[in-house]
Amino acid sequence: MDKSVKIEVKHLNFYYGNFKALEDITLDFYANEVLSLIGPSGCGKSTFLRCLNRMNDLISISRVEGNILLDGLDIYDPSVDVVMLRSRIGMVFQKPNPFPKTIFENVAYGLRVNGIKDKGLIENRVEESLKLAAIWNEVKDRMHESALGLSGGQQQRLCIARALAVEPEILLMDEPCSALDPIATQKIEELIHQLKKSFTIIIVTHNMQQAARVSDITAFFYMGKLIEVGKTNTIFTRPNLKQTEDYITGRFG
Amino acid sequence: MSNKRRITERTMHTLFFVVASASIVMLFMIMIFLFMEGIPIFDEVSVKDFIFGKYWYPTSEPPDFGILSLIVASLAVTLLSALISIPLGILTAIYIAEIASKKVSEIIKPMVELLAALPSVVIGFFGMVLVAPFLQNVFDIPTGLNLFNASLMLAFMSVPTICSLSEDAIHSVPNSLREASLALGATHLETILKVVLPASLSGISTAVILGMSRAIGETMVVLMVAGGAAFIPESIFDPVRPMPASIASEMAEAPFRSAHYHALFATGIVLFIFTFLFNIVADHIAYKYKQVGEATL
Repeated sequence: MDKSVKIEVKHLNFYYGNFKALEDITLDFYANEVLSLIGPSGCGKSTFLRCLNRMNDLISISRVEGNILLDGLDIYDPSVDVVMLRSRIGMVFQKPNPFPKTIFENVAYGLRVNGIKDKGLIENRVEESLKLAAIWNEVKDRMHESALGLSGGQQQRLCIARALAVEPEILLMDEPCSALDPIATQKIEELIHQLKKSFTIIIVTHNMQQAARVSDITAFFYMGKLIEVGKTNTIFTRPNLKQTEDYITGRFG
Repeated sequence: MSNKRRITERTMHTLFFVVASASIVMLFMIMIFLFMEGIPIFDEVSVKDFIFGKYWYPTSEPPDFGILSLIVASLAVTLLSALISIPLGILTAIYIAEIASKKVSEIIKPMVELLAALPSVVIGFFGMVLVAPFLQNVFDIPTGLNLFNASLMLAFMSVPTICSLSEDAIHSVPNSLREASLALGATHLETILKVVLPASLSGISTAVILGMSRAIGETMVVLMVAGGAAFIPESIFDPVRPMPASIASEMAEAPFRSAHYHALFATGIVLFIFTFLFNIVADHIAYKYKQVGEATL
């Protein structure tokens, strides 16, 4: 099978001040695959995710060592335009965080800040993205109402649509379903199956079943280290390490 | 035993209620007094002539009690000072909340707030002794004590209110919105202008209105630097006589319960209505647009 490496992480260390939050992470992400990051709270998986689109830059005391290569280019190179980088890597957050604007404006926002002015193009993209995020039918008649009037699950799919509108290559999802009920969660998981045809998806989750259901590859983090990574069905049935098995079977964490 | 506890509880409840009521009682007493002393002027002039009359000659024979020029002066001074203080206050707030490093903002914010601690008489003094001669020389005008000077000084007084409250509003915008914007490839500036400011607009509007209501009611500064001429101004360098200045300077000379005395109280009523409206509008905006925007489930 021909797989192309999308992101290569090499010996990544990450510090918050003096605290080493990530230690020597080396991991490859392949295009059009879903990789899930699992591990107990505070193990560094969200921090790791936020290294990939340089969201951690916002924390002034943070420091990064090692390399993250996106299509072979180091994203921490001083010449990299962070704004451009982030428009290539979409992100969906743990809690739905729509802007206090209309549904249409929420999705159009990313297009506008990326310099698209053509009204027709924006309208098309908004519609496409909402369809892709499987929320079009629910919102098509209320595009100019506030996004805050949507339910939690709808808001989260709107946030996914908003991220997709910018046409990123990679989608980072930080526990996207943790604040949602099972039905909304199911919708998002179905969506992930659809989306992996065109995107590389990296998802952080606390829900083992979710990792098992949606991902091709699973990486287990513990105490800032990458303990084990492998095909999801292998990790969940015959993990190499006892630590991984203990976590997956619920014996700790 | 339990009986004693209940009595203590009840006594404390009553005590707190009485203390909490004190300020409300005071407010009503002042209002009643204000209206009782102000209303009798309308036996001598009609409400319309009082408010829209152009001539304020309270000590002439016969006297003229028209406060239009005072109202116009108050509004002009407030508006002009708002034109100065709003951009100044909001931009400072944006700088403190969004741009400055934590260390810098921890120094600047208390300093701006300290500006509010300056007694108004000191600001008035500054305007009188330093700004007035400066304006007079630079613009070659007959007096430096004028509308512009008063507006400038009032702007200094409202900047701390506007800045401090706006900063609180901007600060309370959830970080998740900033992150969402940045993650979509927006720049820092775009994030501030298109996400943070719209989300904190209600708080900022409240800040602006409270700042302006501080300016319209301020007495000492306008008494000292506005120039005191009861005419409708034609340029921003004309001396004016805003309502509070008129009340403060004339009250001592007006014979007790004379028409002049009642007219000053009636001016107080008008002023009170203005500040009252400002506060209602501020409350209304704060309430109506309260939602700041992080999704709640």
